[in-house]
This record gives sequence, C-alpha cells and structure tokens, in this order.
Amino acid sequence: MKKLIATAIVCVALTGCNNTKEPLYYYGDYNSAVYAYLKADEVSVEEQITILEQVIADAANNSKAIAPGLHAHLGMLYFDTGNAVQGIAHFETEKQLFPESVQYIDFLLKSAKGA
Amino acid sequence: MRYLKLISIATLLTALAGCVSPPPSHDYSAFRQADPHSILVLPPLNNTPEVIAPYSVMTQMMTPIAESGFYVFPVAVVDQTFKGNGLTVANDIHQVPVKKLHDIFGADSALYINIEEYGTSYVVISSETAVTVSAKLVDLRTGEVLWQDKARASSAEQQNNNTGGGLVGMLVVAAINQIAETVSDKGFEIAAITSNRLLSSDTYNGLLYGPRSPNYGQPALSEKKQ
Repeated sequence: MKKLIATAIVCVALTGCNNTKEPLYYYGDYNSAVYAYLKADEVSVEEQITILEQVIADAANNSKAIAPGLHAHLGMLYFDTGNAVQGIAHFETEKQLFPESVQYIDFLLKSAKGA
Repeated sequence: MRYLKLISIATLLTALAGCVSPPPSHDYSAFRQADPHSILVLPPLNNTPEVIAPYSVMTQMMTPIAESGFYVFPVAVVDQTFKGNGLTVANDIHQVPVKKLHDIFGADSALYINIEEYGTSYVVISSETAVTVSAKLVDLRTGEVLWQDKARASSAEQQNNNTGGGLVGMLVVAAINQIAETVSDKGFEIAAITSNRLLSSDTYNGLLYGPRSPNYGQPALSEKKQ
C-alpha cells in the first residue's frame, strides 16, 4: 500500500519535473559481476563469464545497447581462464562499440602478447 | 532490473530535492570547454576501515557515468592494469602524473574518489548503513579540475522524514524499504544511490551530459534554474 502511494507520488512528481528517460544501456548483472571479480569472493571466474554472456544475450534479445566496458571486462575474464581467442574477440568488440577505448585496449593486447 | 529501478528512484529523489531547495549551481565553464568524452575511474582512496569499500564504490560509479553519456573505462580491468604495473595502493595511483595516465589509457579525464564513510554503524538508536563519497574530475590533458562534489546516502533516511520535506522523505522511505527487502549487501546498494546522487547528469550539480547522451550540449540541470 505504502509502495503504491509512493509510486503515485513519483508519477506526479515526474510530470512536475519532466525528467523521465530511458536508460542508454542494458546492464543486467554486470555491476554484480564486476564487484564479485574485485572482491575475489565465492563466485568463480567461469561463473562470472556465464553471467556476462547472459547479459549480452538478454541485451540482444531486447535490442538494447551493451554498457561501455562490459566486453573489455569479459575479455579480461577469458584471458584469465587461458582463452585468448575469446579474450581478443571481446577486446575487439569493445573497440568497435566504443572507439574511446582503442588506445587502452591496444595497450592491453600488446601486454597480453608480451606475456 | 530491480536494481535499475532503484537507481531511477534515487535519481528522482535527487532531482526532486533539486526542485525543493536548490543550492548554488556549479560553474561548468571549464568542464564544457574541456568537453571530455571518456572518464577513467581511479581506485578510490579509502578513509574507512571497510576493506571492500573501494571495490563497491568504484563499481557503482560506472553506471551513472555511462548513463550521463561518457565512455567509462571498466574499473576491474583498470585495477588489474595498475596492479600489473606494481601500483597496488590507491594513494600511489592518485600520485601518477596525469600525462602518464593519458598516455596509457587514452582517457580525456579521470575521477579521483575519496570514500569518507562506508558501512554500518550502531551509534544511533538503530543501525545505519551510510556511504559518503567526494570526487574530483580532472582533465588528463591539462591537469585542470573540471568538476568536484560530494554526496551521501544512508539507510537511515527513512527515519528522518522531516529533513527533506514530507514528499522527499516519503520517497526515500520507499526506495530504502525496497532495498532492505531485496538485498543483503546493503553497503553495495547504498553506494549505488550515493554514486548516482554524486554524478548523474540528471541530478542537480551532477556531471554535464556527455557526447553519448541525447541531451549532449544542453545545460546542466542546475544551470537551468537562475
């Protein structure tokens, strides 16, 4: 009940402020996956890869754009598991979607080759 | 998805707070002139005893930056790059010359974050989970500060219905209740609200709209009010 009232107020307030907007990107569980990676907790890298592949699939199914950084992050996870082919593929996708990332991704690719 | 809803509610709250009693607007002239297209989130300085605070905060910073229309570098990949180059301490990373950051990442600007408060305290009558963050956006080509601000969000906002006016208070209650119902890592969720309040270009005194936003080039929310 409280929630309903609050929602109603939000709607009224919104019309007042004229501030509605569709999100630019689809995130799914991207943030949770990144957080899990940084914490290095119980979620395995393989599970994190599964989560992110699901985000990409869901975004495609709903014709939504992938958030900046997601493909680069997924590429890193693939490199971590020794799958350089998938790693490079996702790095390249990041570059295509976001040319702002080209310099950094090229640096990463060079480092990966050197290793 | 629920989580996105939370973010939009948080955005609303701040937007509404802006409608009620606006503080002075930032001067966006340097920001507008520099016109950054990408933002590198550096590992935050942590002035709290909570070890996971930097991970939580830097992760939650990504969404409001991306939604404001900027390219945001993937924080975990960036963190690994620093570690791989022997930079494991945030304080050392914040000392790296801007030119060097610009050379490696090709980023136009970097966000220097300071976590001032994070987690649950029991000093008040009931427990409270709060996250307070200050941040500074620096042009990596010139070293100039383009924008800076500070924001706080707390689970105890529901107990202070009268602080932001009845309407805002009620909305905060709704947002926070939803959080309490759905998640266990409260700090991570509150950090999302803090990050959105701090950065979103849909909040008062947030970032300008970036090149990937449909509102790119329009004045910031706070500039629209005289």
